This record gives sequence, C-alpha cells and structure tokens, in this order.
Amino acid sequence: MARQAEVGAAALHSKGWLKSHQWLLLRRMCQLSILGLFLLGPIAGIWLIKGNLAASMILDTVPLSDPYLMLQVFLTGHTPELAGLLGATIVLTFYLLVSGRVFCSWVCPVNIVTDIASDLQHRLGIKARSHYSRQARYWLLGMTLILAFTTGSLLWELVNPVSIVFRGLVFGLGLGWGVIAAIFLFELLLSHRGWCGHLCPVGAFYGLIGRVSLLRVIAAKREQCNDCMDCFDVCPEPQVIRPALKGEEDQRSPVIKSGMCTNCGRCIDICSKDVFRFGVGIDKKTPH
Amino acid sequence: MAINKGITRRNFLLNVAGSACGATLLGAGLSVYSRQVISMPALMIRPPGALVEEEFLGACVRCGQCVRDCPYDILHLAGLGEAVPLGSPYFVAREQPCRMCTDIPCVKACPTGALDHSLENIDDARMGLAVLVDEENCLAFRGMRCEVCFHICPLLDEAITIDLLPKTRLGKLPRFVPVVHSDACTGCGMCEGACVLQESAIKVFPRYLALGKETGQHRYDDQGEKLVNEGEADDTPFSSNPLETIKSGRRSL
Repeated sequence: MARQAEVGAAALHSKGWLKSHQWLLLRRMCQLSILGLFLLGPIAGIWLIKGNLAASMILDTVPLSDPYLMLQVFLTGHTPELAGLLGATIVLTFYLLVSGRVFCSWVCPVNIVTDIASDLQHRLGIKARSHYSRQARYWLLGMTLILAFTTGSLLWELVNPVSIVFRGLVFGLGLGWGVIAAIFLFELLLSHRGWCGHLCPVGAFYGLIGRVSLLRVIAAKREQCNDCMDCFDVCPEPQVIRPALKGEEDQRSPVIKSGMCTNCGRCIDICSKDVFRFGVGIDKKTPH
Repeated sequence: MAINKGITRRNFLLNVAGSACGATLLGAGLSVYSRQVISMPALMIRPPGALVEEEFLGACVRCGQCVRDCPYDILHLAGLGEAVPLGSPYFVAREQPCRMCTDIPCVKACPTGALDHSLENIDDARMGLAVLVDEENCLAFRGMRCEVCFHICPLLDEAITIDLLPKTRLGKLPRFVPVVHSDACTGCGMCEGACVLQESAIKVFPRYLALGKETGQHRYDDQGEKLVNEGEADDTPFSSNPLETIKSGRRSL
C-alpha cells in the first residue's frame, strides 16, 4: 500500500526529524543508559549499580527488585529478605505512578530488538500476522505463576528471554546471542509484534500494574485528527488508541486508559497535528 | 459496542481456548524440560549459605549480586547451555575455591535469602563435603608426606586431620593420610584446589552425595556387639513369617 510507505512523512515534513523522533530518541537513550549503568561496574569498575533487572543495589544502599519475580518467589513458598521486599515495593510504586509498561518501552532491552524487527518488517513490506490473541500473554502469565506454585521453582526464569538478554549483556552473553537472534527473526518473519504485544508474560504483569497509573498519553487535541492512521501504524498496542482518539461522539475521555499502553510516546512523535501529549490521566470527559 | 464488531461468541471462545491450550502446553513442556535441566553437576558448588537445591531454585532470582560482591571473583552465573540451572551462581573448587571471608559478603548481598542470612560464622557453612576419592593416586596413600590438603585447609587440623596408617606388611612403611571430618568441613574446596595431582584426589561433593545416612532405627550398642532397636519398626527388618518376606519382595529391602 502506498500509504504505508509514507508513515511518518507528514510529521517529518511539518515538525522536522528531531521533533518527530524525540520520544523515540529519549527512550533509546534511557534503555541504553540503564544498560550502561549496569555495565559501568564490570567494565570500568565504577559500581553505581550492582546486579541486574531481577534485583539490584544502587550505591550499596537502595535496593531494587522485580515485583513479578518476587511474586513468583512468594509462590514457591519462600519469603524474600527485606532488601528484596523493599526493592519490589520501590519498583512497584514507581510503575504505579508512571504506568507499568514503561518498563517495556523505556527499560527492557528486548524492546529494542523487537522495535527494530518490526520497523524492518514494515519497510521490507513483509506481511506476517500473529495468529494468537493479545490475551494469550495473560494465560502465559498465569502459567508462570502456577508453575512457580506447583513446582516450587522459578521455572520461567529458565527460558525468560527478557532476563536472559539483560543478564547476558551484563554478565556475559554466551549463547544468549541466539536468543536475541531468535526473537529478532520471530518478530521479523513469523509474527507482527508477536512477543511484546501478544505473548510476553512480563509485559502482561506490568500491564496489569498500568491499569491504575497516573502518567498517560492523552489525545488532547483529537478534534484536529485528520485520520492519517500513522499513530495506529507505529503503535505497538494499536487497540488502545481508538477509544481515546475516536471517543468524542461517545463522550469518552481522551485519556488512553489501557494498562497495555507502553507510554512509548511514538504516537506523539508521529502525529503531524500534535493530537497527543503526555499528561496526568485524571478522568476528563472533554479535552481541556 | 462498535469496538467489538466482528467478534462472535464462537471466535471469542476459540481464542480463549487456543490461548489456554497454548499456555498449558508450554507450561507442561517447561516442567518436563526443567526436570532435565534442574540438576547440579556434582563439581559445581553453590555459594556459602545456599538453601538446599530445591528451595534454592525457588528463592534465587539470579540477580548476580553475590557474584559481584565476591572479593575473589570466584562465582559465576550459569550462562545459556551450561550444565547449571540458567543464571544461578556457582563456583568450581578446582579452579577457584571459596576463600571463606569472615564477613561473608556474598550472603549479605543476596536480596532473597536464597543464600541464608542466618549464616553468620563462615565456619558453619556447608557448601559441600570434601571426600578423598582416590586412594590409589593420593600421594599420602602411596607413602609420601604430601599433606598439601591438610596444610591449606582453613580449618587446620579440624576439617582434615592426618591419621597414621600403621605398617601392615613387610616392605610397606607407615603412612600419614588425610582424613576429612564432616562435622567441620565447610566444603570450601581449598583442598581440591591445592591437590598437587593433575586430577585432584580429594574433591568436594554435595553433602547428600558424600554422606551415608543411618536408618535411625538400628545401631550397635556401646560395646559394638549387639544391634539395638531404637525405632518403631520390628526388631529386625524381616518378618518372622518367611512368606511375608518373600511376598514383600524388594520393597522392604
């Protein structure tokens, strides 16, 4: 389709390259800086933060840990130490404020791989569909929790690509390159946003946290929308946009309220009419 | 609702069934697969204070903070394709034994208690148990005064002592051989690391492999002459009726 080849062209023309990629650039800088902070220790001997995304310690004082993992640890029948519990509380509080899936788009290293694959898929005109529902991830999430409970072991961590990739990058990748390559090829040839958008139980968990978060994308100037569909094309979870963007006649709020929105801000970048902006998602019936 | 246009009940149910089925299959596959991969090779040793393996695998989140805080860099996180459960910490005594730091930084670093924080004295650690596996090649058993393992042991003369094997027959000298004591050995692996042979004659094994265990029901009396029954079981493991014994077959043995 001719229109597809021009995704972002309007924004590029009216706003310039930098303005139409600003959130994407910030996001990549954020993802790479977090990885860089973890690598500063092993590479340069500057230990600002120790550990990995499962659990870490900032400057030997502030613990951080993944609430999803801590939940699994609880389910195996083990109670974590105070540092683990405190770390999970800090991380949970943070994501309750900024929306859970900010983890996916601003922290997770797999997102860089799947975004690049998805973009390339679009450019090369590869038609691939994900033949499973976006709800599948909740089933996988449930499966990982049930397995922890029934086996008393963190089985998901034996195969979880998110932790394999990040831990690999920080502690030595070894065969982990194969996992990165597998995800890339899967996203490029076999599915359309299949991993992050349909299957990943980590994302599903953080999406559930995101249901009550404050920071939201708001279709504040939705009356200016010219139906170019660019935002739907770049959005990793396009189903979340419609209720907010097209909800004017139904008197629906312009706030994107779905927890599955990753707050990646790509829609803000790509919109030539500046319909979207970040804001505090207090339920407003009408814009402004 | 307009958004739900085109989703029939049939499609919806099929979707749900598909996802549920996929997740169940994956879960079943994963638990079978895990049976094969969740097993520690005998020579890979967990850091001090590690819970028993089954509990450890439920408690360790594979964050690697113990690895980072080890001042001697002996700990590794298992990578993909290694024989150790993915991402979990271990060391190999022959390469780099545990130096038994008195402040136990690896245990303090653990955020979940997979390395048990109640371990306060490193001498109480039980990472494994040294076993003199090869008496044929051990220099001490061949009559030499090697004793390297004895001298390097951090619990000198407690975990490993040197016992005298008296002269047994003409032409063979008395020998001074190392003997490991399970009540003191921490399994740090200094002995295994230091053994002068090409392949160490003394090795640290998981305690469940290294130690035998009494049934708890029978023991010899203090003179070592008579079998004393302490348990609930019958006086002997065998029934007085020989038919019973035959019928019960291997079960009772």
